[in-house]
Amino acid sequence: MKKILIFGGLLLSTVLVYAQANISPAKPQSKPIVITGATIHLGNGQVINNGYIAFDKGKITAVGEGTAPNTGGADIINAAGKQVYPGFICPVTTLGLVEIEEGAKGTVDDEETGDLNPNVRSIVAYNTDSKVIPTVRSNGILLAQPTPNGGTLSGQSSVVQLDAWNWEDAAYKTDIAVHLNWPVVRPPRRRATVADANAESPDEARLKQLDEINNLFTAAKAYATAKPDVVNLRFEALKGLFNGSKKLFINVDGAKEIIEAVTLANKLGIKAVIVGGKEAYLVTNLLKQNNVPVIIRETQTLPARDEDDVYLPYKLPKILQDAGVEYGLTGTGFWRQRNLPFEAGQAVGYGLTKEQALSMITINNAKILGIDKTTGTLEVGKDANLFISGGDALDMITLDVQQAFIQGRNINLDNLHKQLYKKFSNKYGIKAD
Amino acid sequence: MKKLILCGFAVLLLNYSKAQQTFPVNGVQDIRPGLYAFTNATIVVNSQQTIQNGTLLIKDRVIESVGAGTAIPKGYVVVDLKGKYIYPSLIDAYTTYGLPDAPRQAFTGRTITPLSTKPGAYGWNEAIRPEMNVKSIFHSDGSKAEAFKKNGFGAVQSLIHDGIARGTSVVATLGDERDNLVVLKDEAAANYSFSKGTAATNYPSSLMGSIALIRQTYLDAQWYNSQKEEYNISLAEFNRQQNLPQIFEAGDQLMVLRADKIAKEFGKKYVYKTDGDEYRRMDAMKATGSSFIIPLTFPDAFDVEDPLQARKISYEQLKDWELAPNNPALMEKAGIRFAITSFGLNNPRDFWTNLRTAIEHGLTEAQALRSLTEIPAEMLGVSDKVGTLAKGKMANFLITSDDLFKKENVIYENWVEGRQYIVSRVSAINLAGNYKLSGDGLAGIELKVTGNPGSYDLSAQRTGADSVRARGTFIRNGDMVTLYFDLKNKPSGTIRLNGYISNTSPLTLTGGATLPDGSSTNWSAVYSGPVPAAEHREQPKPDLSYGPVVYPFAAFGNAEIPKAETVLFKNATVWTNEKEGIIKNADVLIENGKIKAVGKNLSAGNAKVIDATGKHITAGIVDEHSHIAATGGINEGTQSVTSEVRIGDVLDSEDINLYRQLAGGVTTSHILHGSANPVGGQTMLIKHRWGVLPEQLKLDGAAGFIKFALGENVKQSNFNIPGGPNTRFPQSRMGVEQVYVDAFTRAKEYKAALAVKGNHVRRDLELDALVEILEDKRHITCHSYVQSEINMLIHVADSMGFKVNTFTHILEGYKVADKMKTHGIAGSTFSDWWAYKNEVSEAIPYNGKIMHDMGVVTAFNSDDEEMARRLNQEAGKAVTYGHMSEEEALKLVTLNPAKMLHVDDKIGSLKAGKDADLVVWSTDPLSIYAVAEKTYVDGVPYWDYDKDAAKQKELQADEARIIQKMLAAKNKGATTQPAGVGGRKRPVYDCDTIEDGAYVVADDYNGMLKSK
Repeated sequence: MKKILIFGGLLLSTVLVYAQANISPAKPQSKPIVITGATIHLGNGQVINNGYIAFDKGKITAVGEGTAPNTGGADIINAAGKQVYPGFICPVTTLGLVEIEEGAKGTVDDEETGDLNPNVRSIVAYNTDSKVIPTVRSNGILLAQPTPNGGTLSGQSSVVQLDAWNWEDAAYKTDIAVHLNWPVVRPPRRRATVADANAESPDEARLKQLDEINNLFTAAKAYATAKPDVVNLRFEALKGLFNGSKKLFINVDGAKEIIEAVTLANKLGIKAVIVGGKEAYLVTNLLKQNNVPVIIRETQTLPARDEDDVYLPYKLPKILQDAGVEYGLTGTGFWRQRNLPFEAGQAVGYGLTKEQALSMITINNAKILGIDKTTGTLEVGKDANLFISGGDALDMITLDVQQAFIQGRNINLDNLHKQLYKKFSNKYGIKAD
Repeated sequence: MKKLILCGFAVLLLNYSKAQQTFPVNGVQDIRPGLYAFTNATIVVNSQQTIQNGTLLIKDRVIESVGAGTAIPKGYVVVDLKGKYIYPSLIDAYTTYGLPDAPRQAFTGRTITPLSTKPGAYGWNEAIRPEMNVKSIFHSDGSKAEAFKKNGFGAVQSLIHDGIARGTSVVATLGDERDNLVVLKDEAAANYSFSKGTAATNYPSSLMGSIALIRQTYLDAQWYNSQKEEYNISLAEFNRQQNLPQIFEAGDQLMVLRADKIAKEFGKKYVYKTDGDEYRRMDAMKATGSSFIIPLTFPDAFDVEDPLQARKISYEQLKDWELAPNNPALMEKAGIRFAITSFGLNNPRDFWTNLRTAIEHGLTEAQALRSLTEIPAEMLGVSDKVGTLAKGKMANFLITSDDLFKKENVIYENWVEGRQYIVSRVSAINLAGNYKLSGDGLAGIELKVTGNPGSYDLSAQRTGADSVRARGTFIRNGDMVTLYFDLKNKPSGTIRLNGYISNTSPLTLTGGATLPDGSSTNWSAVYSGPVPAAEHREQPKPDLSYGPVVYPFAAFGNAEIPKAETVLFKNATVWTNEKEGIIKNADVLIENGKIKAVGKNLSAGNAKVIDATGKHITAGIVDEHSHIAATGGINEGTQSVTSEVRIGDVLDSEDINLYRQLAGGVTTSHILHGSANPVGGQTMLIKHRWGVLPEQLKLDGAAGFIKFALGENVKQSNFNIPGGPNTRFPQSRMGVEQVYVDAFTRAKEYKAALAVKGNHVRRDLELDALVEILEDKRHITCHSYVQSEINMLIHVADSMGFKVNTFTHILEGYKVADKMKTHGIAGSTFSDWWAYKNEVSEAIPYNGKIMHDMGVVTAFNSDDEEMARRLNQEAGKAVTYGHMSEEEALKLVTLNPAKMLHVDDKIGSLKAGKDADLVVWSTDPLSIYAVAEKTYVDGVPYWDYDKDAAKQKELQADEARIIQKMLAAKNKGATTQPAGVGGRKRPVYDCDTIEDGAYVVADDYNGMLKSK
């Protein structure tokens, strides 16, 4: 505990000199840590009041209520009145791939040219030195899935932990998914002209695309069963889909398109994940019966149709919860992912319980990403990916991440924004709290 | 019969006349008298008067007399029209007949065309082209005329359908003669629209730009008359045309209101050509006091069999399908004067189908006739020549089988300027009836002919031992007939007959037959009586009921606009935003749209009491930076300075986001021009009064504002259209300063000139707005990001003598908060946005906190239709980042924006006397868990979470009802259109959105740029 305080003090004095660059990844956990007296949210729906949690060598060793046993030799963190949460997990994001969205093309690495790029891998472009990552981490997001965009098959993604020197360090589970953008009908922007009448209609164009996808996967599946004469990198990249080592993440919102996507995945024996799923509430039976999970793109969005319930996106998690569909949640873009806890909390006013909302961005996401054996809940044996908040972490008026641990490492919660806050508060002689 | 055929002959020779006196003749002159007497007809002289058994005399092109018992002078061709009708030919008040198609300009990327490139002494903007006149390019077009004539039209207005000021139109008949003879009026009307059409000039690219250009043109035209230095054909013509009828192609019902605002400002009266949506705001249409030209473009039903696909149809589209056919009838009922046009129909054949549909839905036949004859004639100043049947008028008339508007009616002939045009030659005798067939091998067969002249159905039957019944085909061509049918048995195979009408009493058809075996025989069929009426299957009456019009005409519109209530909210946590702070267990009383009292234990009096125990009540949320509820483009970015354009001109009261944001507690929004140029347009402060007209959204008595912008957007940094030259000044932050210095230098000179020369100075709407800024009558809200540019504008303002009221976005406000404080400039920022472009790479979520702590009036805004509906949470982030007190944090989205908008005397806090704009929250309003349960604007409960559930059910039920009706219509053979073709959604705007959709045919000037 003392060390932590000292560390905090150090920060204050050095910030003006170094800014951002002084935020170093933490050293490995060197001795056991026990957090006591906290309200512990396990992530699986359970809450322990006045609880303790112990971890050593990066793994959780004990969780329980009351006084922690065998605390000798451990650093004790008294967290009375505070909340402990599993680190939030942010799936399907461009965090670390994009630094400045527009007007600085050199900082944008989430999209490759061409339509079919299942072979490209996001992990190699993941920039651990991004100034955005610490701002996201400061709100309790400790793991993320940097994900490529664009084309029909965008590439493969990996899961990273957000405190690392380089991408190798950061890699938590690599090449877990291939990302597919399901074709949608794009109505023409201009009114049809006579010449257009004979041209391909948007509907026909889409059907053609669907055929191409079907053909590609069918061929890839056959390719996967034998040693080929000529290596095809695209097919190689898809192999994992057919042996279950990779999932197919499908970006799709419409009910009809979701049906098509699930049908294709079934036909090919692929594990599919629906990403987006705005109209998933219309096809819950299909999703449940086929065990296809949905990663909701965002709750803080507008309904797709003017006629929809104005709160429909806020209610979507509750609808999927009640229907027994497996679901998780992400947000949009990269810097906005610091709002992930609020995207989750948003559903609480509309029927979800707080603990269900928490599960949505912890264990649910972990399961969908296939990392639930090591993280997603605060259970013995899992990685010590967790943080202490002064108050309810899903609500902006109480979120206050004071300490965070990734694999037991006590990470630095400073960021560019805090530094600039302090710099200019100092200039004006006002209090930065 | 014979006579009719004869006169058909005469027309073929096409040789008349004395009218064309200036043309030499090749060969022997062939002047024919053109004298006709049409006798024994039912003559509908006009919508008021019908003559039974009347006679119409025409002499060459002109009607000589109309009446009963007229003696027919010698030398007349007599046409007996016993049992038939004569009507005045119809007039189409809105066509492009006789004109070349407007060229569609190819999209050539972003070409910079700031000024007209048209050679000649014309005006600066190609969209203002009053110098165009149809009379000099009109050329009659036989094949196009035919389509009109088949529908019964005899004359049309022909106009140039391209541009904003479109010049003069003509009224011409549809005669197939020299142009000199068909033009009835060379300058019938001056025509206008909001669409710049093929004009290459970049400006305007938005609806508000079009409106500003029209307003400026009126001012320029006034000035032109009083000056001597400039010759300008466009302005001279514009002035000259002011005495003509003024026709404005407006579009939908809100467009009519926009055009009418211009009309009222400049003392004009427009005739509105519309899309036929008047029913959506009939009272407002009536209140314009104008006449209308309405189309019959009723939408087809949609394919709704696939329920998922059917979800792509908007409620508005469903309602429109049901209600649009009622529009003409509702116009009539409202007492609005209107003409009907065939303009806009996909197929000319739809004209009569749709007109009859309108009549089925309640349009009276008399009104239909007026709207197609007398009214357009009056509108276009040609009622001395066409529109009714009277001596001296043009011989433009129809010969019909029946009452013109009856379903069975057939238009036989359409005489245009005394020349016959045969629409349906089979006019003489209706052949429907039963016939006895005779001839070798044909005996015992009865023929049943049903249908109308022009289209008959045949069935053949034999009774007795070999009883058989078969459908056949009956083709008539003048007096000739062809029939065939297959009896399947005795004989089997097709029997083919051809013949002619050999006798009319009894009606007898005679001719030769070819039997299935190839043998020939003679046949005749003698009329034995009418087809029994019982066999006419009575068409089931169409379902003419329709659902209510809702206000606005959109999902969640109300059939009745809700009214202000007197309410006492009991026992809530009340966030006053006043010195009383947050009061627990307190009451709020509202009455007459105002807050009457805030405090503990208030007495209810006659107020409705709402128990708000456990709830929180705050003032309504005020969004300082929004782009909802505006239409036709949010940016007029084609020039660096566009202070003349006004968001207030293009408010869209039907934007669903008004309602959605009520559901997030928003009651007031400041609708801003975008950020494409350094001086953008004038803004408008509105309240979320869901269901009122655009003008009624405006917050009365609010000070005027204008949008300025700095940085990457105005210097077009992130425009990346390949090969597109970015040459509009400025392209750097250095240039931005000079735009301001130049604009305000010009404004000062203008102001000085006005002071000296008064009315002789050309009024300039752009500079007027800048002068208002110099006089502190209009306030600036300036889009801004980095400290250098913020500092720059403060300096320019100081040196030019104006004030910056608000920096909006102001993400580096924390770096210059001291300067802002010193200058009394407010900051309206985002809670936590950053990293979306280079100029926000040092934006921090503590920005609001630092500005606030430095004494700057600070707000959080949305610039986003989604974020706007949870601004309460955005305020909550001031607690997350910087630990602002909750009381102060709420003010970021209520009182503080009200202050910076100069309306804190009306809104922004809960205080007796202020507007009753308030929100009842389920819990602490800054919390992520807060739900806006009720939202009041001016005491009107526009949002109620509980009632919304019922509303959703109603909406669903109404949609389902209409869909059932569509299915029924499709089953009965109605044509349908696929669902989901074309956009159903209105575009949403933020600062960077540059879009000119409907207002620019030629110029896809910009795509949509998304981001702040």
